[in-house]
Amino acid sequence: MYAQMIKSTGKGVKSLDEMDPEERAFQERINAGGKIEPKDWMPDGYRKTLIRQIGQHAHSEIVGQLPEGNWITRAPTLERKAILLAKVQDEAGHGLYLYCAAETLGVSRDQLTRDLLSGKMKYSSIFNYPTLTWADMGAVGWLVDGAAIMNQVPLQRTSYGPYARAMVRICKEESFHQRQGFDIMMKMANGNEAQRKMAQDALNRFWYPSLMMFGPSDKESVHSAQSMAWKIKMNTNDELRQKFVDQTAPQAAYLGLTIPDEHLEWNEERGSYDFSEPDWEEFFDVLQGNGPCSVDRMEARNKAWDDGRWVREGLLAHAEKKRARKMAAE
Amino acid sequence: MSEPLFEFLCRMGDNTLVLGHRVSEWCGVAPVLEEDIALANTALDLIGQTTLWLNLAGEVEGKGRDADALAFRRDVWEFRNVLLVEQPNGDFGQTMMRQFLFDLWHKGMLTALQDSSHDQIAAIAEKSLKEVTYHLERTTDTVVGLGDGTDESHDRMQNALDRLYPFVGEMFVSDAIDTAMMAEGIAPDPADLRPAFDARLDEVLSDATLIRPTSDFAHKGGKSGQRHSEHLGHMLSQMQWLQRAYPDATW
Amino acid sequence: MSSPESGSYDATEAAPHGKPRATEWPLWEVFIRGQHGLSHRHVGSLHAADAESAIKNARDVYTRRNEGVSIWVVEAAAIAASSPEEKGPLYEPSNDKVYRHPTFFDIPDDVGAM
Repeated sequence: MYAQMIKSTGKGVKSLDEMDPEERAFQERINAGGKIEPKDWMPDGYRKTLIRQIGQHAHSEIVGQLPEGNWITRAPTLERKAILLAKVQDEAGHGLYLYCAAETLGVSRDQLTRDLLSGKMKYSSIFNYPTLTWADMGAVGWLVDGAAIMNQVPLQRTSYGPYARAMVRICKEESFHQRQGFDIMMKMANGNEAQRKMAQDALNRFWYPSLMMFGPSDKESVHSAQSMAWKIKMNTNDELRQKFVDQTAPQAAYLGLTIPDEHLEWNEERGSYDFSEPDWEEFFDVLQGNGPCSVDRMEARNKAWDDGRWVREGLLAHAEKKRARKMAAE
Repeated sequence: MSEPLFEFLCRMGDNTLVLGHRVSEWCGVAPVLEEDIALANTALDLIGQTTLWLNLAGEVEGKGRDADALAFRRDVWEFRNVLLVEQPNGDFGQTMMRQFLFDLWHKGMLTALQDSSHDQIAAIAEKSLKEVTYHLERTTDTVVGLGDGTDESHDRMQNALDRLYPFVGEMFVSDAIDTAMMAEGIAPDPADLRPAFDARLDEVLSDATLIRPTSDFAHKGGKSGQRHSEHLGHMLSQMQWLQRAYPDATW
Repeated sequence: MSSPESGSYDATEAAPHGKPRATEWPLWEVFIRGQHGLSHRHVGSLHAADAESAIKNARDVYTRRNEGVSIWVVEAAAIAASSPEEKGPLYEPSNDKVYRHPTFFDIPDDVGAM
């Protein structure tokens, strides 16, 4: 997902009886569906895990602007250009909302940004894949945003108030994203021979990376169990992946496209599709910074940050001068 | 009458098309998230205005071309935008200075066009003016803020002004098309917009502690289409590529 | 995430919420009153060098230029707060950017929920 493999404290989930009164009250509030707000008491592990998770989610939105931004200047019509631009702009907005949510936990946006640029913090593996044809704009909206929504919709109910509110706003905008992607795929799949080929090629390249977005199975993970107890993770990775495949397979059939998995098959007994696991070795390579575009993405973010330094400093210096002049005049 | 009117509408639409494209190049790489989002809004406004102007141009021409056909299927010599808007983004300062100079002209032009004898033009101008008034507010603040910021930001803004000032004059040159528009009460004489532009420019540059170049030399050839810069061809090769490579496709 | 299950976030310079740092634009809280005359309500936060730019940024980030709204910005550091419970704000996209609405895209019924 946009925040993949977030470790929590790693000590296993405490029972209510093992907790001191403060922590017990905190956990009981979460269990009762209450929200934790910035000024409330919270365990340090909860705070740190949330910063990591929200930060990674925010970074994913910002880095995620790049593969789609790659096609804004080549969009084939004025309307497509406007739609794509509005979509990528939304991603900047989502990053902004999420950084603000993280800031309520006592970390600054600049600090998080520096940690992204230095490689200390990560972003979703999916954005290390290239967008090669216009059909990729369809595939990213349909598959990548589709996968993201699976995770984000339940997170609207997450226990941390500022995070939940950011997710409400994000989910409201995200539905337009998936629909615009599917709309492009329909045009391509029903278009001429070259367009149909592009559409199938995009599905071929984005299918397994999309499945990887949910992360490896975390059924046995203590970190996952802790995050679920804290309600900052709402479902297991496998549950969400299955849900995604079940939703997407019929959509591919509707488009007349073939999902590149010969084992994909409806399982009557389970009421779900059986499907092949992605290549997890590739996933770990991408996480280590060996994705097809990992270096390009980080170079682009670093360049934007470095090139923008004089602008941020200049406007701040002007604001200070203005304040000083105003005070001198009073 | 329809030919000069078509030319005039292409001038308006090509300005916003080319500048909107340039501004959209910033998406994802602006100096700070808030600016990234604001720049995208500006680009979206300009793309929206392009659609209105070029659809009307196609209608006036009467050959079945719509905004997309005009935007994606004409070559360099058929474009009628001023040279200013096709200049490369450069650094953020150059982008902001280009936008400010254009916004200041654009606002004057659209204000006059609200009184156009041509109802559709007056309507497009009225809608666009709301957006452009905000663009100008924003770029004015940014030009002043960066000009009166740090030494580095000041120097970069002065460089941007020096680099772009030779493209200001073309926006106010009158030619036969403008004369035809004036005769019909469709559009103002661009030369008449200059005094107000100059007065406001001087105020803003003074607040920004920037010095206006002394030479009033002006490059020309964009709005007449006679001689664009080399930059436009590269922009079109990117912008028009899909439409050109797959001419029978619908998107 | 550089290793399968790497550590939680250890900020080296955790700072109090809203305090401006030397090289960072201050954080502002944004309140918007919509067209229907309801009172201003909190919609989110953003960074800006000063109040004037905070209002402009709020207009771009939180209203996407919707006309007829009134915006308040308050520097986050200047807010004294208890621990309020608040409901998530709803977001109304700009009226003239129809493609921001999911319903702009005609997805056939047999495709299912999207």
